Amino acid sequence: MSSRFGRALERRLPLIVVSPLFAASLVFVYGFILWTVWISFTRSRVLPNYEFAGLLQYERLWSTPRWHVALSNLVIFWVLFVVLCLAIGMLLAILLDQRIRIEGVIRTIYLYPMALSFVVTGTVWKWIMNPGLGVERLMQQAGFDSFRFDWLVNPDYAIYAVVIAGVWQSSGYAMALFLAGLRSVDDELLKAAAIDGAGPLRIYARIVLPMMRPVLMSVVIILSHLAIKSFDLVVALTGGGPGYATDMPATFMYAFAFQRSELGLAAASAVMMLMTVIAIIVPYLYSELRRR
Amino acid sequence: MKQASGIVRPKGWRQNVQRVLLFVVLGLFCIYYLVPLFVMVSTSLKSLAEIREGTLLAPPRAISTDAWAKAWNSACVGVRCNGLAPYFANSVFMVVPAVLISTFLGALNGYALTKWRFRGADTIFALMLFGAFIPFQVILLPMARTLGELGLAGTIPGLVFVHTVYGLAFTTLFFRNFFIGVSSGIVQAAQIDGAGFFGIFFRIVLPMSIPAIVVTVIWQFTQIWNDFLFGIAFTVGESNPVTVALNNVVNTSTGVKEYNVDMAAAIIAALPTLAVYVVAGAWFVRGLAAGAVKG
Repeated sequence: MSSRFGRALERRLPLIVVSPLFAASLVFVYGFILWTVWISFTRSRVLPNYEFAGLLQYERLWSTPRWHVALSNLVIFWVLFVVLCLAIGMLLAILLDQRIRIEGVIRTIYLYPMALSFVVTGTVWKWIMNPGLGVERLMQQAGFDSFRFDWLVNPDYAIYAVVIAGVWQSSGYAMALFLAGLRSVDDELLKAAAIDGAGPLRIYARIVLPMMRPVLMSVVIILSHLAIKSFDLVVALTGGGPGYATDMPATFMYAFAFQRSELGLAAASAVMMLMTVIAIIVPYLYSELRRR
Repeated sequence: MKQASGIVRPKGWRQNVQRVLLFVVLGLFCIYYLVPLFVMVSTSLKSLAEIREGTLLAPPRAISTDAWAKAWNSACVGVRCNGLAPYFANSVFMVVPAVLISTFLGALNGYALTKWRFRGADTIFALMLFGAFIPFQVILLPMARTLGELGLAGTIPGLVFVHTVYGLAFTTLFFRNFFIGVSSGIVQAAQIDGAGFFGIFFRIVLPMSIPAIVVTVIWQFTQIWNDFLFGIAFTVGESNPVTVALNNVVNTSTGVKEYNVDMAAAIIAALPTLAVYVVAGAWFVRGLAAGAVKG
């Protein structure tokens, strides 16, 4: 190997190292997305069929009642999950920011659910909310004979049971992110405000919270992203049921792709999910990358 | 982490009341987060007869580890009744190579993208980053076919492959963010001394990225161990990871519902990531903050 060739090789080495990984991302992310998009425009059922069939699958998708159930569940779950996680996370972060000596211990307790799989969370809450033996029985034994808590098996309320478990798992995460944000607020600013006679509530409302806006944005995006992708929790907690009362787009897509062999319809629902994620993530990523 | 000055300060009885209230609220939330863990452990140690009395929050009267033994080696997962043990092993065989490979490639990628800047490095990074955010439903179908073509369908190596490919976006992101904060002076000095791309990587860059490596390994371990979607979509029966097996144990519709076995199985599936969290909590939190961009 001539040294000139060696040097030329050395200079291109970074590119040579990155290329296969970049190629993998091109194929497995962009290539696969294109494949799915293409399939969503065909009549594919059990086997892929590459003949263009226009918007057929999208028309079928939007005239499927189950898809509408999945969408309305997503909206309910999304809104409640994000709002509750934000409220709990923000409250706990502010409370923990008050010079608590055992903060480390408390933070560990608040955050441990994040280390669990959603399947584990679903399993536990399924047991706690068990209509016969769980909370309902507990309250009845405590003297509230007429207490009913059958959300898990009640089609009208089952989605709220999913919210309960989801919030339990993810609110600590919101707390941790908010706490990190609060810690980055300049101490001097707070002291100056306190010297000027501003009370604690006023300081939080007027100074701290407005400064947390970027953190708030990130947390909302992260939680929304989790909500759209939620799959494991629903499967473990309700299996999408009763019937398909707690179906979400992610479980809908799985059911049509792997159980019903409706490739085209499944692909169309996956594309709808992708578009939703792009609509929230791309503006966010763009502003994040520009800020750096 | 720096201790911010609290705004509520003990001064007079009013502040004391506030302080007490503060601890009451914090304490109540501790209970809220801990109750499910307590219920899980205590239920797993009860007999089925005791459970049927409906004593959800009561500690077990007589401690029995039968449910644990059953969950580990004789509970029925689908039609096979070997307990979770073989599936736990599957998860171990999946998680170890997937974490090591994706972390190593992420480090190499992050290093090449930041310390050896070439034209288009930012574009390549932005394009790769997008892969961390896509809903995986959009790649499930083509990936299932690809694994079939590669002869990896329904196998652990197939899962390792999938987790490596889709973990790469995050590991690259993480190492890139770490390397950006590291001075390029050392790398340039080593280049002048004639050290090459890989020489610098293995001798200089890797040894000083231990913190980034630890955080990435913990993050990837948690993500991959806890994964359910890829596990259920790309494996069948014997090759299921433990999360899928757990779901099968809990949601079998046949036979008597054994809640104590379900809870023991849930704890078994959760133990590895919980252990990592307890041992390396601070690193775990750093990973969460870094993964914030990923979500």
